[in-house]
Amino acid sequence: MTATATFDDALRLARRTVVDPRYPINTYTLDALWVLYDRVLRVDPRRPDDPERDRFLLSKGHGPGSYFAVLAAKGFIPADWLDAVAAADSPLGAHPDRTRVPGVEVSAGSLGHGLPLGIGTALGLRAQGLDRPRVYVLLGDAEFDEGSNHEALAYAGATRLSTLTAVVVDNASATHGWPGGIASRFTAQGWTAATVEATDHDALYRALTSHTGAAPHAVIATSH
Amino acid sequence: MRSHPMKADDGSLAMRDVFISETSALLDDDPRLALVLADISAGEGRFQQAAADHPDRVINVGIREQLMVGVAGGLALSGLRPVVHSYAPFLVERAFEQVKLDLGHQGAGAILASVGASYDWAEGGYTHFSPRDVALLDSIPGWTVHVPGHPAEVAAPLRAAAAGDHAEYLRLSLRRNAEAHATSDGRLAVLRRGSDATVVAVGPMLDNTLAAVADLDVTVAYASTVRPFDTRTLRDLGNDTIVLVEPYLAGTSDWLINRDLSDRPHRLLSLGVARTDLHRFGTADDHDHWHGLDSEGIRASVEKFLGR
Repeated sequence: MTATATFDDALRLARRTVVDPRYPINTYTLDALWVLYDRVLRVDPRRPDDPERDRFLLSKGHGPGSYFAVLAAKGFIPADWLDAVAAADSPLGAHPDRTRVPGVEVSAGSLGHGLPLGIGTALGLRAQGLDRPRVYVLLGDAEFDEGSNHEALAYAGATRLSTLTAVVVDNASATHGWPGGIASRFTAQGWTAATVEATDHDALYRALTSHTGAAPHAVIATSH
Repeated sequence: MRSHPMKADDGSLAMRDVFISETSALLDDDPRLALVLADISAGEGRFQQAAADHPDRVINVGIREQLMVGVAGGLALSGLRPVVHSYAPFLVERAFEQVKLDLGHQGAGAILASVGASYDWAEGGYTHFSPRDVALLDSIPGWTVHVPGHPAEVAAPLRAAAAGDHAEYLRLSLRRNAEAHATSDGRLAVLRRGSDATVVAVGPMLDNTLAAVADLDVTVAYASTVRPFDTRTLRDLGNDTIVLVEPYLAGTSDWLINRDLSDRPHRLLSLGVARTDLHRFGTADDHDHWHGLDSEGIRASVEKFLGR
């Protein structure tokens, strides 16, 4: 696939990857991933290790079919990898492994690891004078239960880590919910936040590009 | 009662003092080095000056150990060399999944430097004891483990680790031997030769061990790097009656010694900290006694093992 791939191409690719019926392809994740890779992230499959690239960290590693599909649509991995997910010799599993898959920034699976890793990445880039790259971390609303996220968002807000964007795809799957909305947890800690419909690509794009440069930014993509 | 729970009784430089001054100097010299803290050692006289000098590379996340280790993983992925420092139970145990997943599983390295060891701050009790740290790190691949027995044994492994990329654990303690003996290459230092057994003392356990076996006809060797463990020298010493005295959980290194001597009939006595939660305070010397790690306790165990 190439830069001319469309969202529908990515959706078709994603459907080839389903290995675990508990995690079918949910377009609420594919929508956000597509908008990120198609319109927001400065990444290039020809230079996956470019120090100046934006970093995208899929924290919510479950059911990564949408992620692998977008990586294939954008040329990071061959599309035929999608037909053998989790096979013995496949680099693709039911969770992404950064040591096996080009373009994957972090290995995921256990929840609540992406935001702290993203903060460390953002701090490390800044310490090396790499001011241009932005760090994006995608989480789920149920993953947001994990306490490590709350350590991370309090710290990032207090230190105004403005090169960081958290994207929370919220399909109301958290057992005890987030009364008042997930965005309020971020804004209470000094982040800017925008809440949009998970399937509205233009709204996602505007939200994903509305950071101020003065604070970390959160985008809540809701599908409920 | 000591004047400060984490300072040496006699006012001399403790391992942590050396770690702080060496790390601060490395931060000055090496733009790749970063330090992540969770409030421990962040204050005046500790890393406060380094934080002022290098605000981008000295990162105190507050009392958030999961974040501390996760941030270290991200720093390493970005190309920096992170040093992570806290009290041993909070650095290794509290955030162990982060150690497992945010470092090793990502292919990222870091230097973890702990203080507190098994029961340095005895007054603090069980919450501040970490006798299981080395055993935990042993359950995941790739960790080099240094257990200095003297403040003069801290700088060399720290500097070597800072220049590399691997996962390294530096287990600092207030417990110390009178003299430094560490080798520069991580091999066992053979201090005495005898014929009835080979006794290997790890880190701060050496002086009690030397006192315990002073009049016995045994070889005494000293280890301050325990992963990898220098079983080659142990084999070359040739004695298949072996005593191991470790300052952390008893038996932590049994599997390695038994694996590497599996082709030779051998007997192994493994002394160390028991798994018991004593619910007691007192002093670190008291805990040595309760765990049989004072010279009298080691002596009694060795005599029984040798059939005296």
